[in-house]
Amino acid sequence: MKNRLLPTAVFYLVVAAMALVVLFPFLWMLSSSFKTQVDIISWPPKILFDPTLANYEKVFGEQDFLKYFLNSTIVGTAAVGMSLLLGLPAAYSIARFTQQRLAVFILLARLMPGISFLMPWYIVFSRLGLMDSYTALILSHMLIALPIVVWIMSSYFATIPRELEESAMVDGATRQYAFLKIILPLSGPGIITATTLSFIFSWNNFMFSQVLSMEKTKTLPIAVYNFLSYAEVDWGGVMAAAVAIMAPAIVLTMVFQKYVVKGLTMGAVKG
Amino acid sequence: MIRSSFTDRHLHWLFPLPAVLFVALLMVFPVLYTFVLSFSNWNLTSGQPADFVGLRSYARVLAEPRFLHALGRTIAFTIAAVAIEGLLGVAAALVLNRAFVGKSVAKLLLLLPLVATPVAVGIVFNLFYDPTIGFFNFVLTSFGLPPGLWVSHQKTVLASLVLVDVWQWTPMITLIVLAGLAGLSEEPVEAARIDGASEWQIIRLITLPMVLPVVLTALILRLIDALKTFDIIFAMTGGGPGYASETLNIMGFKYSFEYFRMGQSAVILVVLFLVVFSCSMAIMKLRSATEQ
Repeated sequence: MKNRLLPTAVFYLVVAAMALVVLFPFLWMLSSSFKTQVDIISWPPKILFDPTLANYEKVFGEQDFLKYFLNSTIVGTAAVGMSLLLGLPAAYSIARFTQQRLAVFILLARLMPGISFLMPWYIVFSRLGLMDSYTALILSHMLIALPIVVWIMSSYFATIPRELEESAMVDGATRQYAFLKIILPLSGPGIITATTLSFIFSWNNFMFSQVLSMEKTKTLPIAVYNFLSYAEVDWGGVMAAAVAIMAPAIVLTMVFQKYVVKGLTMGAVKG
Repeated sequence: MIRSSFTDRHLHWLFPLPAVLFVALLMVFPVLYTFVLSFSNWNLTSGQPADFVGLRSYARVLAEPRFLHALGRTIAFTIAAVAIEGLLGVAAALVLNRAFVGKSVAKLLLLLPLVATPVAVGIVFNLFYDPTIGFFNFVLTSFGLPPGLWVSHQKTVLASLVLVDVWQWTPMITLIVLAGLAGLSEEPVEAARIDGASEWQIIRLITLPMVLPVVLTALILRLIDALKTFDIIFAMTGGGPGYASETLNIMGFKYSFEYFRMGQSAVILVVLFLVVFSCSMAIMKLRSATEQ
């Protein structure tokens, strides 16, 4: 249990240094978002300054930011919801009938470079008149969410003893009934992990939305990126936008910390 | 009753069927389509249908210095990022692998970079890297060192981008290795300690070999993602200055959505796909090998 790699005082110094390195960009972003342009470009950088809300007022006032916020939420929620619908039965089947090939097949969607699907999607969605539509965007984000759902839930279902549904089936229940009424109600923690992680990955996605969305369905990462190119020098506004986009993912992570850690590490640690 | 027994017997393919159809439609079909397009010289803006020219697009793209440089850069970026993240990530995990006050806070902090939106991370680092107002040059000049140009110079841009990737993804390795360390049995370590082994010997000869499979899996997962790095490069430099930070992913993106040369773009995507695919197959092989 005890690791005596470093003496306690040195250990805490090292931990504090690590925390500072991790936190520094966040703190800098946050403080810059409350600075005026004059304070941001002042040299040397100002640690103490008069905070202003002007950047937030500008971003949320002029930039239609709430619409992009809503778009990100719609796309993420729909993509995760549909992925659960498709992914939960698939994951159950993989866990109970040990369908390893199937698991690898779906996981490939997570491993392969997104751009090798994106280019054909662009051609097909253009032909179908689906550019800048929620449909195209949600379908593309489902390819992000589905492998995460299947990956996490197949491991989770495998930890639930088979006897639970088998005894119900001996009593005459069908397997799909057992899945719906016995297994799913026990799967809350797994579903929370899968939902949180896949939502965050959809929320943060840049490449798919950059190509498939335009003014109507534009999501937050694209809005933040465009904000940078319009207003290259307005660092305060850009930083306020960056805070706004990161805040939901960070809040989700804090609330579901335990689940997020499990989801991110399980793939590598479990066999 | 008869219907339900039918679904019971066929559940093993009925349950996964919708997911499989979805992946086939949205992944397999597009990948095949890309492969077919790579044998054409189709330009989307020409208004002409695709003209199939055999391997001519391959000959053209593979001989282009811009492509070879992008391929080399992709590999260099990936190796540098994953090597540094591996070293720092494992070291941090070894340090943090003990009970201490604030451990759960420390773990939460490690999660933050992983869930931060990469585009926004790139923008924040662009502010750090700014040659005139950036914090990094402030630090350098405070120590009497000459200021750097960071992402604005061809020679330093790739290393500067690696640094961003290292900041964002090292915690991933740390968290995975920490979870791996937590699952190890204490006995060999205790026995070695009783036999008088030093802490360093214990780590080198006992802990690291035991946790090696987890480290390898974490590194390969990271490797696959590093090969595909897009968001931070696109947001921070767009592949520039010049082509100095253009990786295969960025080059493929530009060929597809800026030049609309779909045939040549498909060649780039096929190469990137093959690189990532062979790494992914390696991970599967390695996992089944380490499980025995």
